[in-house]
Amino acid sequence: MEFLVASGVGVLTAAGVYMLLRKRTFPVVLGLALLSYATNVFLFSMGRLTVNLPPVINDLAQAYTDPLPQALVLTAIVISFGMTAVAVVMALRSFLENDDDIVDLPESAMALNTDPETADANVAGLDSPPGASR
Amino acid sequence: MNHWIIMPILLPALLAPVLVMAARYDIALARMLSVAGSVALVVLTAALLASASGEPPQMYSLGDWPAPFGIVLVLDRLSALMLVLSAVLSLIALAYAVDGWDRRGKHFHALWQFQLMGINGAFLTGDFFNLFVFFEILLIASYGLMVHGGGPDRVRAGVQYVVVNLVGSTLFLIAVGMIYSVAGTLNMADLALKVPLVAEGDRALLNTGALLLLLVFSVKAALVPVHFWLPGTYANAPAPVGALFAIMTKVGAYSIIRLYTLAFGADAGLSAWIAAPWLMPAALLTLGLGGIGVLASRTVAHFAGFAVIGSMGNLLIAVALFTPQALSAGLYYLVHSTFAAAVLFLIADQIAQRRGPESDRLTVAPPFAQSGLLAVTFFLGGIAICGMPPLSGFLGKLLILDSARTSHSATWIWTLMLSISLVSLIAFGRAGSTLFWKSSALQPTVPLDEDGQAKWPAAPPLPLLAIAAMLATIVALTGFAGPVVAWMDETAAQIHQPAQYIDAVLGVARGHE
Repeated sequence: MEFLVASGVGVLTAAGVYMLLRKRTFPVVLGLALLSYATNVFLFSMGRLTVNLPPVINDLAQAYTDPLPQALVLTAIVISFGMTAVAVVMALRSFLENDDDIVDLPESAMALNTDPETADANVAGLDSPPGASR
Repeated sequence: MNHWIIMPILLPALLAPVLVMAARYDIALARMLSVAGSVALVVLTAALLASASGEPPQMYSLGDWPAPFGIVLVLDRLSALMLVLSAVLSLIALAYAVDGWDRRGKHFHALWQFQLMGINGAFLTGDFFNLFVFFEILLIASYGLMVHGGGPDRVRAGVQYVVVNLVGSTLFLIAVGMIYSVAGTLNMADLALKVPLVAEGDRALLNTGALLLLLVFSVKAALVPVHFWLPGTYANAPAPVGALFAIMTKVGAYSIIRLYTLAFGADAGLSAWIAAPWLMPAALLTLGLGGIGVLASRTVAHFAGFAVIGSMGNLLIAVALFTPQALSAGLYYLVHSTFAAAVLFLIADQIAQRRGPESDRLTVAPPFAQSGLLAVTFFLGGIAICGMPPLSGFLGKLLILDSARTSHSATWIWTLMLSISLVSLIAFGRAGSTLFWKSSALQPTVPLDEDGQAKWPAAPPLPLLAIAAMLATIVALTGFAGPVVAWMDETAAQIHQPAQYIDAVLGVARGHE
């Protein structure tokens, strides 16, 4: 079982990292999801792998499995689920605003704003809303 | 048990839902509530600071479950200092935001309060899993704030910011898992007791986990080689949010100070000072890269972004020395660099608003309203961030250089810190003369009145007051440098005696209260 879990975590992580390094947002979001699955399985195994043992005090129990990683994994699952949703929404918004789903910032955003639309919008300076040019 | 300790988390946590539900369509009410909450937070954290200065570290156990089984919050001098810093910074940045930035999208004030809740929680928690949870809270809020107002570039920069931080969170969980699997605890004080006792065979796993955590905190603190997300994110974020984000890098620095002095410090046996050999080269590289970046930047906002990276380099050099004297100097510089970086983002935004199509690019363009006044603020901000006399950046750097004299890497530290100061001075001089001096020779774009003076539209006073307030804190930090450094000395001494912290959390469990 150790081999199965360990290689499962390894394959999920490798696939996640590969997807994460892709150019477009959809594979990146999938990569994040795979990475979070790998992390959850990893966290689950940090309390040692045991089968058929109770996590809570029981008079008949011979031994126990560590309950803390299970509680941590539940929290991590909820957070990573929410985070994946946030990443999807951000990716969608970026696609709608930019008309493409490439992750990299264009040269213009790194140093200069060459977008004529936003640049023309506030020639009058103070009359325009704050920061409209950026 | 001092119940006020949990209030810096509860106050914004309760205020934010009220802002969402009651003040959703009423921006005036939202502003009032949000500013009132921030003022209350400043008062509250100041009271906590006073309480922490006089007493040893205090613990608050949630639900009264005893540590290390329950979740604890710990208030000591370091966390109280960080709380006050973030409260004051957020109040000033909020004053800047209520001038109009908060109207450019929805739920600005609610997100702002949630962000404060996460930041305060990260400073107070005494448990690694909760540090992760509070990191996530402050990150989720920061995603919303980062893309506030929208716009193609900002949203795309936001996607990058989200992805980088999600990978950071994944690494955080893996590191926490590794440490738990060998130490069997995530309570910081309990971990400090367990680390020296870890079996020889498990030592490698523990050290891997500890160094992975260093990587995670370095992502937050924008340390080379994981600094790359910062300039694009901060420069594209709304200005008041960029100013608030100046505290976010300090959350990373705070976590590094906390973990590697408490659990992996002098008493950690074979894992003692595990971070030092990695942190020092990374901090030196960060400083160098920040200086080069400032020289190469083509907008004022990018300028400020790279200045943040450079200042994190200075700060973490002081941290990486791991001596009480250097830590005291580092904490003084931390407070200074937070305000110095924040004020630069606000000035960049004021310049961008006034210059119209030229935005905050470093080009020669017709002069703009209050060009002289902004030139003064830019000059003061530049002096502060470059570390020139007479402002507190100079004192901070001097203290760091002084504390580095006996270190092995003293030559590197002195050479880099002094030469990067010169480089950023050149960069700021060039930027200032392009923006204000050369531009003043051109004709203004607005009509002239009968005296030949340009007739500028009236500018709102609040943003300038916020900038003045930021600069005033830097001046105050310079004026009261003596008492502040004395206070920092005691703080650094307390951090370097982890037994005090451990006794506060586990005093009852260890049988001596």
